[in-house]
Amino acid sequence: MTYFLYDGSFEGLLTSIFEIYEYKLDKVSICKISTYEKGFFNKEIEVITQQEKSTRLQKGIIKMGSALDFSQIYRAFLSELKGVEDLILNYTQYLFTEKRSVAKDYANKHVLEISQIVKKIGREKHRMDAFVRFRLTKDNIYFATVAPDFNVLPLNEVHFRKRYADQKWCIYDLKRNYGIFYDLHKTEIISLDLPTNILSSSEEFFKPEELHFQQLWKNYFKSTTISSRINKKLHQQHVPKRYWKYLSEKYLQV
Amino acid sequence: MNYERIKEKLNILADAAKYDVSCSSSGSNRKNKTNGLGNAEGIGICHSYTPDGRCVSLLKILLTNYCIYDCAYCVTRISNDIKRAAFKVQEVVDLTINFYRRNYIEGLFLSSGIFKSPDHTMERLIQVAKKLRLEENFNGYIHLKSIPGASDELMYEAGLYADRLSVNIEIPTKEGLKLLAPDKNRKDFLQPMNKVKNEIQKYKSERKLIKSTPKYAPAGQSTQMIVGATNETDAEVMYTATYLYKKYNMKRVYYSGYIPISYDSRLPAIGTEVPMLRENRLYQTDWLLRFYGFSIEELLNKNHPNLDSDIDPKLSWALRNLHHFPIDINKSDKQLLARVPGLGMKSVYKILHGRKYRKLNWEHLQKMGVALNRAKYFITCDSRNFETKDYTPAQIKYKILSTSQTKYKNTLSQQLNLFG
Repeated sequence: MTYFLYDGSFEGLLTSIFEIYEYKLDKVSICKISTYEKGFFNKEIEVITQQEKSTRLQKGIIKMGSALDFSQIYRAFLSELKGVEDLILNYTQYLFTEKRSVAKDYANKHVLEISQIVKKIGREKHRMDAFVRFRLTKDNIYFATVAPDFNVLPLNEVHFRKRYADQKWCIYDLKRNYGIFYDLHKTEIISLDLPTNILSSSEEFFKPEELHFQQLWKNYFKSTTISSRINKKLHQQHVPKRYWKYLSEKYLQV
Repeated sequence: MNYERIKEKLNILADAAKYDVSCSSSGSNRKNKTNGLGNAEGIGICHSYTPDGRCVSLLKILLTNYCIYDCAYCVTRISNDIKRAAFKVQEVVDLTINFYRRNYIEGLFLSSGIFKSPDHTMERLIQVAKKLRLEENFNGYIHLKSIPGASDELMYEAGLYADRLSVNIEIPTKEGLKLLAPDKNRKDFLQPMNKVKNEIQKYKSERKLIKSTPKYAPAGQSTQMIVGATNETDAEVMYTATYLYKKYNMKRVYYSGYIPISYDSRLPAIGTEVPMLRENRLYQTDWLLRFYGFSIEELLNKNHPNLDSDIDPKLSWALRNLHHFPIDINKSDKQLLARVPGLGMKSVYKILHGRKYRKLNWEHLQKMGVALNRAKYFITCDSRNFETKDYTPAQIKYKILSTSQTKYKNTLSQQLNLFG
């Protein structure tokens, strides 16, 4: 078995697949260099990410298949699931043997698996559209902290940019330690050293009215509940517990 | 802003608004073109879910719960001894903007008790929407209630600022309305509905000629019926719904299981269980009519005026029409596939796409997520193993029920005790 070790970027993954074709290798596996565990009989190739190779493969996938095939691959990549690189390799190989789009060939094992991962990604992206709770900082930035199951922030950017065009905002992924910041003109990726008490809306960082609005929201949430229809199971299915600490309507005490 | 006072009002007026089921924020196409606030294109978003499992998408409040009417089924009826409150126009605007900027909501759902007169009330609702659109440059979703009896001029103006308008007919039958809301007239509900429908059509045809025609209620109209408050049949509810869909181009009809809120002897007593299973079956029927190509006569008719409670309406139809089955999953067209119990539209599309690549067998279907425990009695596929026995409808029903689980087990077994 030959292991292709890449830097963890999407371009790196595409470069790896490109090189597997280039060297005409089989019995290969693609791993992130950071999580790779060395085995005694393993052969390793360290991949150097090359924009040109990555773009060529991207174009090839779209030309041979369709834009949908490429978006499926990209979204599956964002899942960061163990072994997803090999699955993407299988999918790409299947596409190039079939010489047509295979995104909807649901009876194929690899395609179905990818489409199931993509469904999870879509769900998580949608959850972030919903569960982001901005808090207004002293310097007038609407600031939100999240910790999504998958690395979906890149997919959320457009949605928030369209919606909040007239306010500065930042959505920060605590799990992956990066965020998207919009400054009224453009968005950029940022990394911050956040204080440990960032989840409490202390007046050190946030405007005094901030907590009032969270309280009002929590109050609204309580008043709009119909107690004769209580269905806790359904509630938790829609709002799983792991998200509660970022949702003021759930964590605030009235 | 006096937060304490606002909090108190919010509690009263959100509590009073919660019996309106609609919380949809989809179906509009209002884009943020001016670098303003908000965007209401595309799919709706549920920002949270209350402990009763219902979606919170909009800030759903009444402008006031003062009301001159005395409808027996309504919490804000004049004879009910409750705390009353009223928002100022600016207060609603501020709340909406501040909630929206924090990504709590998709927009505003504003309803109201009727104070002074229908027109006076409608005018206030419009003021809020107008202010949000023109002063705050707000492009989020606005759902306004059409107040029964409001004039055509006001209904016209409302549609210029709102994404959706709705008027709840509440009671599915004329007789029921007479019994529970004697001072209301069915005509008062239908008139604003009709005006809005006509304007939507007019604007749509104008838009075909002149692209810059402004928007008029782009997310259409919806309405709601309470079920279980009078002794209406499922057929009566669904035939009324069908009429509303056809005649007034409703985007949605909502069904709201009656929640006992009054000791009035005309109504189910307080403590009576909310008919959630029935509500569920009505929504299933609604979906079959709108997305699965069924006609109302097939699902409910003179011989079959009520839906089965133990099985879903599609399975119930299939068991009454076994002569259509089995169908071949690899050959049948979309309309037929959609009629198979256990196949939802998502499975139908997966089958339609998947079978272009190869013939599908049981294993493929199972992995795609088809509910084979129901579907297998109604289909054949690329396999020599299929149900060859000629089962009677009762046998199939028994076999399916014994292999499936239901969250309504308690409700159903109680009903069995009652009738069995």
